[in-house]
Amino acid sequence: MTRPLALRLLLPLAAFAVLAALLGAGLKSDPQALPSALIGKPAPAFKLARLDDAARAFEPQELRGKPWVFNVWASWCTSCRQEHSVLLDLSRRGLAPIVGLDYMDGTEAGAAFLGKHGNPYTLSVLDPGGRTGIDYGVVGVPETFVIDGQGVVRYKFSGPLTAEQVEQKIVPLLKELHRG
Amino acid sequence: MVEASRHWRRWVGLTLLIGLVGFEGTSAAAPSDAERVQRVAEQLRCVVCQNQSIAESQAPLAVALREQVREQLASGASEAQVMDFMVQRYGDFVLYKPPLKPVTALLWFGPALMGAFGLGLLWRRVRQQSGRGDDDDKHAVALDGPVKVNP
Repeated sequence: MTRPLALRLLLPLAAFAVLAALLGAGLKSDPQALPSALIGKPAPAFKLARLDDAARAFEPQELRGKPWVFNVWASWCTSCRQEHSVLLDLSRRGLAPIVGLDYMDGTEAGAAFLGKHGNPYTLSVLDPGGRTGIDYGVVGVPETFVIDGQGVVRYKFSGPLTAEQVEQKIVPLLKELHRG
Repeated sequence: MVEASRHWRRWVGLTLLIGLVGFEGTSAAAPSDAERVQRVAEQLRCVVCQNQSIAESQAPLAVALREQVREQLASGASEAQVMDFMVQRYGDFVLYKPPLKPVTALLWFGPALMGAFGLGLLWRRVRQQSGRGDDDDKHAVALDGPVKVNP
């Protein structure tokens, strides 16, 4: 059985090219970027004390009927400082309430962080044990969710928000949710 | 043969017993709560430090997840229920052993398929070459033949 020489030489080369392309794509994909198991599902319920007033509690149900942004942050989280100005910008636009989940953090440290860097949140709640974080499948802080008026998680972003991300994904989604 | 395997079993049993009593100080009858927690934790990936299980990792999230596993088992949940709880929140990725379903079929059978493909290629190669070898032999016999016939 003799195949033409050209084909015999080209076949391994083609196989190599395919393999290289696959491995190259694998290198580019970020192993930390995990698909959220929550998209399209109801946002888990919780009832947590507020950072500004521990005597008051907040439940997601209070925001039924309108879209809102849920941002997981902590005073010990350095990349949260990176996204902070982006969140402040978003809050100034008044598109939707931004609720903060102060994750595995202390009341004083959390309050001091907001005092120093500014407070983009409509309100923040405390999750010292990280229990609610687990319910939301939080892997690393910061993480941001967009939740619609029916209480369904529509979007999740892991890592520090960029102005680009907000402009291209979050703002259009919030506008769409307001319309629908 | 039967004798031997009985001996073997006795030795293994004895060794295990000594191990359990020595290291854990617990009875070997039923897995203790700590052992169940450990067993579940070993099957769950620490999503922050992806190459460790939550049993090995000291990351705050792993500690919180271990606590979660402990609480749920203590309150009567089965090991499968605890695993489900984690998958609902973190997806199949938390499982060190991914479940067999259409999306993961390639993951499960891919290596075997590639192996079979390679063996197939090898088999064809070997057959081709031995085929060529046979031809050479026949050729040689044909050449030698007349020489041997005439003394």
